[in-house]
Amino acid sequence: MSGCNKLVDVGRRQFLRGGSMAAACAATAVVLPNQPAKAAQTARVEYPTNRLGNVSDLSDNEPLDVSYPDEDAPGVILKLGKKVEGGVGPDGDIVGFSTVCPHKGFPMNYDGDSRTLNCPGHYSVFDVEAGGQQTFGHATQNLPQYMLRVDDKGDIYAEGVDELLYGRLSNVL
Amino acid sequence: MAFKRQIDRLPIIPADAKQQNVTCHYCIVGCGYKAYTWPINKQGGTAPGKNIFGADLSKQQETDTEAWYAPSMYNIVKQDGKDVHLVIKPDNKCVVNSGLGSVRGARMAENRRSDVTGTQQQRLEQPMVWRYGTWQPTSWDDALDLVAQVTARFVEKDNEDDLFVSMFDHGGSAGGYENTWGTGKLYFGSMKVKNCRIHNRPAYNSEVHSSRDMGVDELNYAYEDYKLTDTIMIVGANPLETQTNLFLNHMVPGWRNGAKAIFVDPRRTVSINAAQDAAGTENVLHLPINSGTDIALFNALLSYIADKGWIDKNFIASSTFAKGEAVAESGTHPCALGSFDMALKAIRISTSEAAKICGVPEADIIKAAEWIAKPNDDGSRRKCSTAYEKGIIWGNDNYRVVGSLVNLGLATGNIGREGGGVCRLGGHQEGYFRPGDGHVGRPAPYVDDLLIKGKGAVHHIWANDHYKTTLNASQFKAVYNKRTNMVKEAMDAAAGKSREELVEAIVAAIKAGGLFSVNVDIIHSQIGQAAHVILPAVEAGEMNLTSMNGERRLRLTEKYMDGPGSAKPDCLIAAGLAQHMERVLNKMGKTDYASQFKGYDWATEEDAFKDGYSKAHTDVTYDRLRAMGTNGVQEPVTVFKDGKLLGTKRLYTDGVFNRHGRKDGKALFAAATWRGLQAPGKQAQKDKFAFLINNGRSNINWQNWFLDQDNDFVSDRYPYPFIEMHPDDMKKVDVKQGDLVEIFNDDGATQAMVYPTETAKKGETFMLFGSPQGTQGNVINNGVNELVLPNYKQTWANIRKLADAPVAVSHISFKSKEYRSA
Repeated sequence: MSGCNKLVDVGRRQFLRGGSMAAACAATAVVLPNQPAKAAQTARVEYPTNRLGNVSDLSDNEPLDVSYPDEDAPGVILKLGKKVEGGVGPDGDIVGFSTVCPHKGFPMNYDGDSRTLNCPGHYSVFDVEAGGQQTFGHATQNLPQYMLRVDDKGDIYAEGVDELLYGRLSNVL
Repeated sequence: MAFKRQIDRLPIIPADAKQQNVTCHYCIVGCGYKAYTWPINKQGGTAPGKNIFGADLSKQQETDTEAWYAPSMYNIVKQDGKDVHLVIKPDNKCVVNSGLGSVRGARMAENRRSDVTGTQQQRLEQPMVWRYGTWQPTSWDDALDLVAQVTARFVEKDNEDDLFVSMFDHGGSAGGYENTWGTGKLYFGSMKVKNCRIHNRPAYNSEVHSSRDMGVDELNYAYEDYKLTDTIMIVGANPLETQTNLFLNHMVPGWRNGAKAIFVDPRRTVSINAAQDAAGTENVLHLPINSGTDIALFNALLSYIADKGWIDKNFIASSTFAKGEAVAESGTHPCALGSFDMALKAIRISTSEAAKICGVPEADIIKAAEWIAKPNDDGSRRKCSTAYEKGIIWGNDNYRVVGSLVNLGLATGNIGREGGGVCRLGGHQEGYFRPGDGHVGRPAPYVDDLLIKGKGAVHHIWANDHYKTTLNASQFKAVYNKRTNMVKEAMDAAAGKSREELVEAIVAAIKAGGLFSVNVDIIHSQIGQAAHVILPAVEAGEMNLTSMNGERRLRLTEKYMDGPGSAKPDCLIAAGLAQHMERVLNKMGKTDYASQFKGYDWATEEDAFKDGYSKAHTDVTYDRLRAMGTNGVQEPVTVFKDGKLLGTKRLYTDGVFNRHGRKDGKALFAAATWRGLQAPGKQAQKDKFAFLINNGRSNINWQNWFLDQDNDFVSDRYPYPFIEMHPDDMKKVDVKQGDLVEIFNDDGATQAMVYPTETAKKGETFMLFGSPQGTQGNVINNGVNELVLPNYKQTWANIRKLADAPVAVSHISFKSKEYRSA
């Protein structure tokens, strides 16, 4: 299982097909986990609000490469063409996910036919239409999904993540 | 929405955290992990000098990093009475898994009981006795006294047949050499209990009698053989899901190195899909045979290979029995055993005939024979590693099917050599060390059937849950509930009376047909609902526990946390019970019998290990195993030298086969003639009902299920057991994805959730086995083989809709489980 691309390199290039890169804007707020342990377990880190793109950038089922909450954390936003739980935008169908497999950190492929993210490392499959639920695989968590917001100009902002991202013990470094 | 933990940071393991060796206690692969613990008021930092990894954790870590752990790998537990942080993460230095964690093992920490984080509150903390119409907490002495007093009324020095015992025989989990010895010494040493059974089958017997009778231990290779072989043949097994890191860390590299893959399975599994990705589709052959026809296939392969002259003549001449029949077919041996020629004559079947029986193309059978044994172009022999598991072990004609597969390995010289092996993949780890079980007999008593027939007075259960995992389960549960309720009612009626009066009331209820049930477990199981006394046990990690994995790798899991409440290791519970038996029998005046219960003065599990395993393997001690870390040593251990235990990489490299105990050291072939569906009632069930109800486990529902019924991540994925159905079959019974259906036949009924599966064969479904929410065993008839091996796999039933998809499944993914490449 060695000899594959290292995540830090991957994070700095586009690895999903198509899409234009959105600029990460807000500076990240670095919060060191220096509270007592129990509090650290329950307290949430402070997330940046980053613009990931505009609704007009998205076509149905065409993945748009993004990164959040910083450039070392690759992800994707998708317009699914049908309303899903957690979806935002006028049609309630825009979702965003980390594209790093939460099992061992391999970058995943998007399969437009099944609308799943697939890990070439160890064959895990995540369903982007079901909140990133692991359809099958070895990760012990479902795929981290972005909390998204769309403003009246159609700009899409990420404002949080609902699971720990692979390769970091704090989602915001 | 899918379940999310909403955890976005974790405490950092400090540089000086305590490290303990852990072997994952769920499946047989036994992946190496490390448990890190540190005081609750301390934590590490992101600077390299402040964390255990020496890494700069203020930066994103790379793929496959050692310096990351998931929220599921973290918890807060008690250690020596104090709250500590706990991280259990895969060990990159363990050769078994090389840092890979499975979806089961990588949740060990989360599945520990914690009063701080609230996990696993279902774990039992103290003994309980049925009183006042429910289970009431009590002391160990009170509970064990009642068990001993009632048990002592139904055992005699020379007749212990009214005491029925269900006891695990495995390693890992709460088993291991310590606990099999503790229970074994009690029931096979102090007593000679005959009516006993093992955790996953209704009798006390081997799952692979024929392999052993042929001289071949079922765990004979090393995992590295998958990387050294030319062909990996997998029969009735789905290792990506149920031996995950054996598949990912050993088989996949084998395929990437150019090995071919043969899968024999009626169902297309995710293992087959992944093998196609790793080896290339053209190098993977799937033989989707008709359920239960494996023997015809293996016999045709052997016939063809023999006719082509691809057998290993030198190996057969030097290592196998030469002269006709060695063991005749009988009630204890469901087929004759003997020489290659004798067996070949008995099993001979053409590839065309087998193609008809198995329902696969003849050309594919020939291709499989070539991939197994056709010599390479330079004339050198081809190597083949063969792995099998429950698809045949719990399938049609156990003795003959395992024999026919081992035949192939022997005839092609693939046992005892690099890149070879004919091995079980296994379920739990192993960890068996007990006094002899010869008194049980062969065939062993069909315990579950005897209980149904009203036999037995007292039932001691050690981590078995018949309610979820036996066959003929509908009837078993009905009778068991009735018999144990008789005792509960008697106990209720004796409320407030003296101990003597209570015991007399219980004895009277038993004599009227009742059954007194004692349940030792880590949780209150389903069969535990029928219990009168419940005794709480601990698991690996809450005690020191030794086991060996599927390549006989022996390791010590160190105790890294306290068990819940007053829960104890099973070996110490058995010791306590023995001591109470001695006391009670003495009081009854049976001093001679009482003296048989001496010798349990163990203060710790290590004392039990020294009393049992270490007496036979004097080189092996806790200290030495601890020093061998997560890589341990492969059994049998040969010597302790230069501070290390040295072991045995693979068995039979000298060509001497001894598992059958024959002095000549020659392996035997099995005259494993194909004879259709062997177990009583199977063919009639097949003829009458529409759907095959094939069954087994899934990646997330496996030996972790007893804990995972209380785990949000797992129960969110499959709130109910799934039944995979082809979309055309769904139309036939008018159901949609997620609908609840009833599966029913003349033996019972159960329910499951429909999971559409394009790759399923029409008329052939696959249902999760062993679910707490739908017992597949309810529809399995009581037919077993001559040696009381159950046949769970060949089950047929009809299906009808019960309900529309419930809310609990409305959010889940019903997509294909197969990985798709870019």
